[in-house]
This record gives sequence, structure tokens and C-alpha cells, in this order.
Amino acid sequence: MSLRMPEPDAAVIARRGEIAAALRAIVPGEGVIDDPAMLRPYESDGLTAYRQPPMLVVLPETKDQVSAVLRWCHGQGVKVVPRGSGTSLSGGALPLADAVLLGMAKFNQVLAVDYEDRVAVVQPGVTNLAVTRAVEDAGFYYAPDPSSQIACSIGGNVAENSGGVHCLKYGLTTNNVLGVELVMMDGEIVRLGGRALDPAGLDLLGIVVGSEGLLGVVTEVTVRILVKPETARALLIGFASVESAGQCVADVIAAGIIPAGMEMMDRPAIHAAEAFVNVGYPLDVEALLIVELDGPAAECDHLIDEVERIARADGAVSCRISRDEAERLAFWAGRKAAFPAVGRISPDYYCMDGTIPRRRLPEVLQRMEQLSAQHGLGVANVFHAGDGNLHPLILYDANVPGDLERAEAFGADILRLCVEVGGVLTGEHGVGVEKRDLMPAMFSEVDLAHQQRLKCAFDPGLLLNPGKVFPTLHRCAELGRMHVHAGQVAFPELPRF
Amino acid sequence: MPMLAPTTSAELADAIAGAAADGTRLEIRGGGSKAGVGTGGRQTAVLDMRGFAGIIDYDPAELVLTVGAGTPLAEVETLVAAHGQMLAFEPFDHGPLFGRPVGAATIGGIVAAGVAGSRRPVMGGVRDHLLRFEGVSGRGEPFMAGAKVVKNVTGYDLPKLMCGSWGRLAALTQVTLKVLPAPRETTSCLVRGLDPRQACAVMARAMGSQAEPSAAIHIPGRARGASLTVLRLQGFGPSVAARAALLERLLGEHVVETPDAALAEAIWGDVRTLAPMNDGRPLWRLSIAAGAAPAVIAALEPLGAQWQMDWAGSLIWLCFDGGGELVRRTAAGAGGHAMLVRDDRGVYAGMPTFQPQAAVLAALETRVRRAFDPAGVFETGRFSDLAPHLDLAHAD
Repeated sequence: MSLRMPEPDAAVIARRGEIAAALRAIVPGEGVIDDPAMLRPYESDGLTAYRQPPMLVVLPETKDQVSAVLRWCHGQGVKVVPRGSGTSLSGGALPLADAVLLGMAKFNQVLAVDYEDRVAVVQPGVTNLAVTRAVEDAGFYYAPDPSSQIACSIGGNVAENSGGVHCLKYGLTTNNVLGVELVMMDGEIVRLGGRALDPAGLDLLGIVVGSEGLLGVVTEVTVRILVKPETARALLIGFASVESAGQCVADVIAAGIIPAGMEMMDRPAIHAAEAFVNVGYPLDVEALLIVELDGPAAECDHLIDEVERIARADGAVSCRISRDEAERLAFWAGRKAAFPAVGRISPDYYCMDGTIPRRRLPEVLQRMEQLSAQHGLGVANVFHAGDGNLHPLILYDANVPGDLERAEAFGADILRLCVEVGGVLTGEHGVGVEKRDLMPAMFSEVDLAHQQRLKCAFDPGLLLNPGKVFPTLHRCAELGRMHVHAGQVAFPELPRF
Repeated sequence: MPMLAPTTSAELADAIAGAAADGTRLEIRGGGSKAGVGTGGRQTAVLDMRGFAGIIDYDPAELVLTVGAGTPLAEVETLVAAHGQMLAFEPFDHGPLFGRPVGAATIGGIVAAGVAGSRRPVMGGVRDHLLRFEGVSGRGEPFMAGAKVVKNVTGYDLPKLMCGSWGRLAALTQVTLKVLPAPRETTSCLVRGLDPRQACAVMARAMGSQAEPSAAIHIPGRARGASLTVLRLQGFGPSVAARAALLERLLGEHVVETPDAALAEAIWGDVRTLAPMNDGRPLWRLSIAAGAAPAVIAALEPLGAQWQMDWAGSLIWLCFDGGGELVRRTAAGAGGHAMLVRDDRGVYAGMPTFQPQAAVLAALETRVRRAFDPAGVFETGRFSDLAPHLDLAHAD
């Protein structure tokens, strides 16, 4: 493990029995887990390279219990790591040896659905897909669809600002959440947002979404639900070069079309996927594009023709149009199975998540090939082409000594490359522990200090999910200091008061 | 009133640090279109941001536009329109409400006020389209957050916090916005003579259907006679035609007309400028749960309130000079809040511009404001919202 987490506090660990007893007084019965064997399932999240059993697990069932647990831990200076379903790919729910792991799985109820105002109120442990299941009979759905949607929880989606393949048209979690109930580290409960579209004051909801469990624990979420489109159709388009596929994406958007989904795969990813699911992906192309249009049938028909025309003009070597729902799903089957497919051609893979300006794609893929040779590891690429979100899958073997470290070094180089061309470290997976130490590649000390002071407004003791997102833990008092150099005016010529 | 007009981030940082040091309060101003919002006491200097004007970077195919915060809205909209694109949140320009010309507002002011137009319920607000900003906080430090790409979750989403912060956290120098293709066709479907309850039911049914209106508004019966409920459909030609036909079937019990060009322009012009809401009385803006709109109207109309609805009922503009506390209680009861937008005659002198929040939330908000502005440089009192215990940190 190349990553350093905050040094565990031995004095806190020594109080483990006392802490368990105090938490049992709040959450009785089996809601507190301290048996080492039963702590095992909680030792990692979706970033399985990192493992650390928590000191204790507490599984509250009511917001009052959440509030009481946090208030007690706050009073005692005990750290807390919140967890939804544990599917984070960036280690956002990685436990700490001296922290209580607060699991929200028991908050699993859909509380209310209002079809007239098109909102659903759910508890945070409800899975992403369960929200859609709860409203689909009435013709509605919940738009964000991260690939873990069968397992990941809405609370986790709020923490990570999760995306999915339909983000370009329908937005990320933050664009689809209207309000939350939040318990802060001191146990105080606030409601942010709600049924009105604008907040009365600052948009604190906007910063809580995507705050990776550092600002508070969400106990209720109000989401926007959308009417299911009348139809959806897809094109499967092969190109002889990544450049022409990229040009096609740009030309589709220039034609005023925002597809529901626009995915690109490179040659290694195409071959791995086709070998896995056999859906007839062309194997003689360098890049494959899946473009999905949704909406009224008249609109889909019109736009399918437009996209096909654009693709041909950009030199597509093959173009299939889905004739029915089964064929549309077949087009997607390979893309959706890309990760496990790559898992078949390599013992392990490490999934990266940078975003780049789309026009830089050919250059980025080329430099990624050089990095691949340099690190001695293969890479396959799937790409949310519409919004520039790149998922390189680095192939390695965890049983080969040094391979994981090489994969991590390769991954870090890829993310630095993304930032260098004007992109970002993470498009939808979050910073967590994984990209924490890369944050200075994107932000200055001053930028990061402005973010960390926000943390101080919510959790001045830095007890909630410490060691995530920020490379350096600054104490709030230190961050709050303001240096004013009286008499040293940099621009004496500027008109003053 | 003293005026500062920096043109670089370094000058701006110096001006703000200087103000922090000598206790001067700064009111950040762009085009001045919203200068009439908030009439509280102002022992302030004005920070004129128009020096930060200009197009910095625009790549239509990437859907990303970066401009200086002081760039006039009109210039930004003209630029994107020339490339067949738009700011999908439909910026709302306060200028006409205060007798100023349309389009003089700056893009930084639009972002700072977080004001979106009729497309808000469907396409999101300013918050959903601000990708990145640069600015100088009340600490006198230049900083940035976000990125010039449409999908990014790196670090806290500070761009959201800047939208609607009304110049109380930072002076923005540069903003990066997501732009989208402009619709090729627009048509309106009009139903006359509905009462508020019927209108809200019609708007909810349309918004919850595959007709996908891009806007739904209701204007009560006035000089033009019967009330107007209008649904706007936008997109590619074949799609708009299909959805208009669907809408007509869906609202079968009502007569659905397509207004002629002149009427459509008059209606949507009134929605954009709120010209009918200029009756000399204070203007309120109620952001509420859409389903509660009829109850709000029922509570306030009998007391003489004049109103119109946008956002399918979720936004109510109200001309009213009766009990301010009643307006706020009514808005809270409707799941929302009421902002006092215009009160040039001081009917509600001393009343906070924004609806006060519950104590725990108000305290949290104060801590967030202090995080960005420990010395209270941007606490001008303009919005009559100074916390009783301001608790300003002492600079050392």
C-alpha cells in the first residue's frame, strides 16, 4: 500500500470496549458490530487494493440514532467514516483503524412519491436502481445510472456525485437531487433544499453533493424523477481511427444534437468485450461509437438519420442502427460488460476516471500508449465520449510483486496527463483516498485552503471521514488565520477609498 | 459612494485585502441591474467588476465557454447564438424591473444572483451550468474551483456555492459555463380561462408527459381578458410537431390554441421582463413547491396581490404591499421561501431581502460566510441579513 492514512490514535483504540458500550446504548441489539470476524466485510469498498478493518461498525436505523451517534463521537473526539453500499471506486468509504464506521444500509425505504411534482423522497440506503423500480410502473425513472446502480445507494451517490452513461443529457446526481436532510458531526440536523427549486440562502446542498462524506451524513434525499422517453434507439458505428470517431462526436454536437448516451471504446476494449459477450462488434476497427437517441419516435427517427449521415461523412467504416429493443440492448451489452470483459483478459485491472477536453483525445490516447510501454502494463479504454470522461483500464497482476505499484504509478501519470491537457482528476468516481495526493496537480495551496475552510464550517474537529480528498490535514485554526500586511500596498496607483 | 475599478486579479486582491485591513465594506457591482435589490444600510464602497470583461475561451464543440465576469450578458448571448448555442438556464435579467435596459447585466452578476428563467425546471438553474470560476475571496486571495470540462467531481463543488451567493463570498473575475445547442424550433400551446388550480393541474400534467415542455407559465386574467396558461415546446421540427399533437390529445378537455407570433412574443416578453408586475408596489419572488401554488394564490390574491406564475407554478412573482410576514409564512407553508426583490418606496424597511432560515441552518450559513470572508468585507448590510452576532475574526 503506497498510501499513508492519518496515524491511528492508540488512545482511542484502547477505549474500543467503552465506545462499543456507549454506541450500544444508542443503537441497541445487533446495530453495533465489534466481533473482528464480522468487521471483515467492511474492510474495503470498491477500491479493493486498500483494506483496513474498522474499529467498530454501527448500523443506525433512525435519524435520531445517527444524530446521537455523531454527537457522542463528537463529544469524545472519536472519528467516524460513513458508508452506503461500499461501492466507491476511490476509497471514499475506506475505514480507519481508530474510527467508527457508520453504515447507512438500514435506511432502505422509499418514503414518498409525488408524480404531480415529479419528485421522490427516499432514505439514503435505497439503491439507485430501486428508485427507478419504485416509479417505473407510472412511467417515470431516476436518470443518473452509475454502472453499479444495482448495488450502490442513493446516499453514496449524493456523497460521490455519481454519474453514469446518460450524464451529458441528464446530468449527474447533483443535477437530479432537490434536497437532503443532513446530520452534521455535532449531531445537529439541517434540511438543505427541498421541493422549491432555489434555496432561500446559500446553495449548501450544492456543496454537500459530491463532498465525499466529509461534511455530514445524509438521512433523507429528495430526487427529481423524469418521464420515461417514448422510445430509445442506438447506432453502433465503427471507425478506422480514433481521430475520425472523435470528429464524429464533435460533429454530432455541432449539429445541435445531445444524445442520451455517446460511448467510445478503443481496439483493446472492443476485442475484450466482443470475446466476452459475442454481440457482433466489428473487430477490424480502431474505435467504436455507440450513440443513443431517446425521446418521441418522430425525434429519434429524425436524429438517427442525421447521426448516420454525419458518421458516414466522417468516414465511418461500419454503421448499424438498432431495429428493436433487443438489438439496442445488444449494442450496449458489450460496453456495459467492458469491465468484466477486461477482467477476463487480465488477472486484475485498475479503473481510472479522468475527464479531458474531447478534442485532445487522440493525443491523450497516443501518450497513454507511450506510458503503457514505459510502465510495462497494457491499457484498454472506454470513454463517455459526449462529456470527455475517460475510463482507462490498466491491466496488471496483483500476484506479481510490484505490479500494483506500477499500475498506480501508471494511473497517476494518466491523471496528470488529463490535468495537463486541461482536464480533471476525476469525472465521476470521486477523489477519496485514491487521487488525494494528486490534488495539488489541479489546485494551488490557496485553492485547497478555500475548500478546506468549508469543511471547518461543518466539522471543525475534522472528525468526519478524515484522510480523504485533501492531501494535507490542516487544523481549522491554522486555516482561519488571515494575514494582512498593513502598509504594504501592491498597487499604490489604484484609486482607494 | 467611493468606487474601485480593478482590472486584474492582483489589483482586486489588493483592494479587498485593503478593505479588510481598514474595515471598509465592499458592494460588488457588475452592470448595476440588481443594485436596487436590497435597500439596507450601506456604509460601503462599490467594487466595479466591469474591468473583467471579455471572451476568454469558447469552443462550441466542447460545449464550454469561459468569459470575464464583467462581460455584459447581451454580448455573451449574442456570441453563443451566433454558433447556434444558448445558455440553457435562460438568464433572468433584473434590469427592466428597475427601469434599466435589457442585457446590461453582467454574466458575473447573473451567476452571483443565480437567476434563471423559464427553462429552470427542465434544464436546471445557473448552478447546473457553472463549471468553473476564478475570483478573490473576502480574504483578499485569488482562488479558483471547478474546471473547463462538462463533467468533473474533483474537490468540493464550490461553483454551486457561488451561484446565488449575491457577492457575499467572493468577487468573481472569470466564469466557465456549460453551453448547449439552441432549439431549432419553438412553438407555444395556449389554454385560456383557467383558474390557478386548473392551470397548475394542466401544467403538471404537461410537464409530467412525453410532450416535454421547456417552460410552463400562467398569467391571470388582466387587460388581455381571460387568463393564459402557456406551454412552450422546443427542439427539432419533427419532434416539436409530434409533441404538440401529443399535448393537444393530453389536454383534450381544453381548447388548445397556437398563439400567433405577435401574441407569443408579447406573452414571453412579459415573462422575461415582468412588465405587468410594475404597478409601483413592492415585488416578491416566491420559490415554492409547484403543487402548492394554488394555495398561495388563494391566500394572497384576496388581499390585493397581483401575481404571475412561472416554472409550472414553482415560481410566483407577486406585487404586494400587505403583511410581509404573511407572505413569508405563506411561502414557508408552500415548501419554499419569499425574496423581497424590489421595495423602492421602503414599504418593508428593515425586512431581510432573503427569507430567514431555521436557527441551525442560519448558524451554518454564517460559518460558511466567515470561511470565505472572515473580516466581513462583503457584509454591507444591504440585504438586512447581518447575523446578530457577526463574530468577525480579527485579522492578525
